[in-house]
Amino acid sequence: MRLVNTFAAAALATGLASAAFAQDPTKVGFIYVGPVGDFGWTYEHDQGRLAVIEEFGDAVETTFVESVPEGADAERVLRQMAQSGHDLIFTTSFGYMNQTMNVAKQFPDVKFEHATGYQRADNVSTYSARFYEGRHVIGLIAGGMTESNIVGYIGSFPIPEVIRGINSAYLAAKSVNPDVQFKVVWSNTWFDPALEADAAKTLIEQGADVLMQHTDSTAPMTIAEEEGIIAFGQASDQSSFGPNAQMTAIMDDWAPYYVSRVQAVMDGTWESTDTWGGIDSGMVAFADFSDKIPADLAEQAKAAADAIAAGELHPFTGPINKQDGSPWLAEGETADDGTLLGMNFYVEGIEGVIPN
Amino acid sequence: MLRLEPRTETKTLIQALAPAAAVLITMVVGGLLFAALGKNPFEAIHTIFIAPLFDPYSRTELLIKASPLILIALGLSFGFRAGIWNIGAEGQYVMGGLAGSAVALAFWNVEGAWLLPLMAVAGIAGGAAWAMIPAFLKIRFNANEILVSLMLVYVATLFLSAMVSGPLRDPDGFNFPQSRLFHDSARLPILMEGTRVHVGIIVTMVAVLAAQIFLTRHLFGFNVRLLGQAPRAAAFSGVNAKRLTVICLGLSGAMAGLAGLFEVAGPIGQLQPSLPVGYGFTAIIVAFLGRLSPVGILFAGMVMALTYIGGETAQFALGIPSAAISVFQGLLLFILLAVDLLTRYRVRFVRRGEV
Repeated sequence: MRLVNTFAAAALATGLASAAFAQDPTKVGFIYVGPVGDFGWTYEHDQGRLAVIEEFGDAVETTFVESVPEGADAERVLRQMAQSGHDLIFTTSFGYMNQTMNVAKQFPDVKFEHATGYQRADNVSTYSARFYEGRHVIGLIAGGMTESNIVGYIGSFPIPEVIRGINSAYLAAKSVNPDVQFKVVWSNTWFDPALEADAAKTLIEQGADVLMQHTDSTAPMTIAEEEGIIAFGQASDQSSFGPNAQMTAIMDDWAPYYVSRVQAVMDGTWESTDTWGGIDSGMVAFADFSDKIPADLAEQAKAAADAIAAGELHPFTGPINKQDGSPWLAEGETADDGTLLGMNFYVEGIEGVIPN
Repeated sequence: MLRLEPRTETKTLIQALAPAAAVLITMVVGGLLFAALGKNPFEAIHTIFIAPLFDPYSRTELLIKASPLILIALGLSFGFRAGIWNIGAEGQYVMGGLAGSAVALAFWNVEGAWLLPLMAVAGIAGGAAWAMIPAFLKIRFNANEILVSLMLVYVATLFLSAMVSGPLRDPDGFNFPQSRLFHDSARLPILMEGTRVHVGIIVTMVAVLAAQIFLTRHLFGFNVRLLGQAPRAAAFSGVNAKRLTVICLGLSGAMAGLAGLFEVAGPIGQLQPSLPVGYGFTAIIVAFLGRLSPVGILFAGMVMALTYIGGETAQFALGIPSAAISVFQGLLLFILLAVDLLTRYRVRFVRRGEV
């Protein structure tokens, strides 16, 4: 008995010793605006985190805090993370921008990566994806498939990112269906299943037979499935919530970016950068196309995605007028990134006003 | 059959120990919950309940998080004692923050020690004015203040998002819906270097003291209690119920407005659409948890803040999901209220037919 104990103690001691000699893992933190189970925006960021673990195994340690409000609380969470030995922290919502900058200033040795923002520092990078490229592709499908010629669109906040998506989808839809109309409901939230479901129902009552959303829950997909209309998944493949309704989904694939940034920290090559990746970088991807999409339309949509990836097609190519009829892009002209990043106007043909 | 009977006498010692007992029971039940999730229960409870108290930075954050809860709950407690139910403190908080921010932005880049006091006045006025809507509808049309004040929360939230995406939007901010960052004259002075402890916390502490004095030593406090406990007696003794309604709603609105102003001029430093994070609603719980007494509210606010801050740490340090933290917070409230009930009532088994 005593012998066994001795062996056990020896084994334990050896284990502890080897653990102590092993190199400290790179510690990577994430702060999320929603719950990891939203099956939308936050879910995909968490998938990216899991990909980091898969890639590096014991060489990394990852942590996360979910459902952190954008405001005073975020700064505390970030600071506590920075204080507790994190090497790299991803702040995955626009509203964390000032908090990220504040905390980054106090912890110059910790690296920060802020999603969808525009402020950078020596230890703060920004990254985002060109979701409007994905919107172009689903816009083509929506325009080709609507029978009522009304596409319902659930917006979150009227920020450039969302307006860009509406414009891109509308232009694509109109290119295949000149009679198409977009109806937009602003929910003023990123994640509120009940509110999003109400918005979906309202749009359907107004005659929409296709739903698009720029909010993160699966509620609109569930409603579309119940009502027998079609919809597009947001951020994740939501086909399990709408096996018949989902035509495809624009998926955010953060995994390659996260893996490369963690690698850079490990190699000591991390630098402050600004990344805006599109279909070509793999950041914007598509769920499997439903076989309900007519074959020629599916082919057209796929060809458009390929052309965007190849740099042959830009979703914003003139001639395009603004909603008030004033010219924006001349024939053949494409939008520059600066204008896209600050987009605060609808293109000609979209009805309604952007809430101000 | 189970029946609740009021206890004829409740020992003061038992009443004083009840909250501590409730916290202990919560630790045990919560520990079981975390163990069921496969986490070390001792480590989890330690992280949530104890570690923040021993970390200097967390201690300061505790004050920052508790301050708005305490300030709002204090204001509400007067009305709740008088049977005037202001459920819309969240909206008054937003309007106070909005009004104060409007002043800060109107004088953007103007230096001056007068700016912060002016913002505070605007914050108080904004919150109080918003609370005057249910007060007016109540005394003029006898409209239910619970419904009116609650509905106005949604109006205030939407009004805030209209303002930050319109007139108050940062002109250099790529049209994102938020204001400019306030400049230094419009930020609350920091009391301790390297933390976010701001002057508003001192105001909150003074408010606790003032409320205690008002409630126990002033005729107003007596009238408030009288109106809640015996409205007819209050009427006979000359208490003007309408005036008290206006004062109670105005006071709670003013304090919620001030809390909103402290939040924008303190830790946030700008106006954001995400300003409302539920302080106005949580403060209702805090008020009752503190048994509507100012000192009780002070402790209740700190306990609530503790579970928030410890809960955040538990998420990233131990990987406990935020939903489990919310369940734990719910448990704490449930057990506190249950223990409170059982110190004042006892449960008796009664046979059917026996009365």
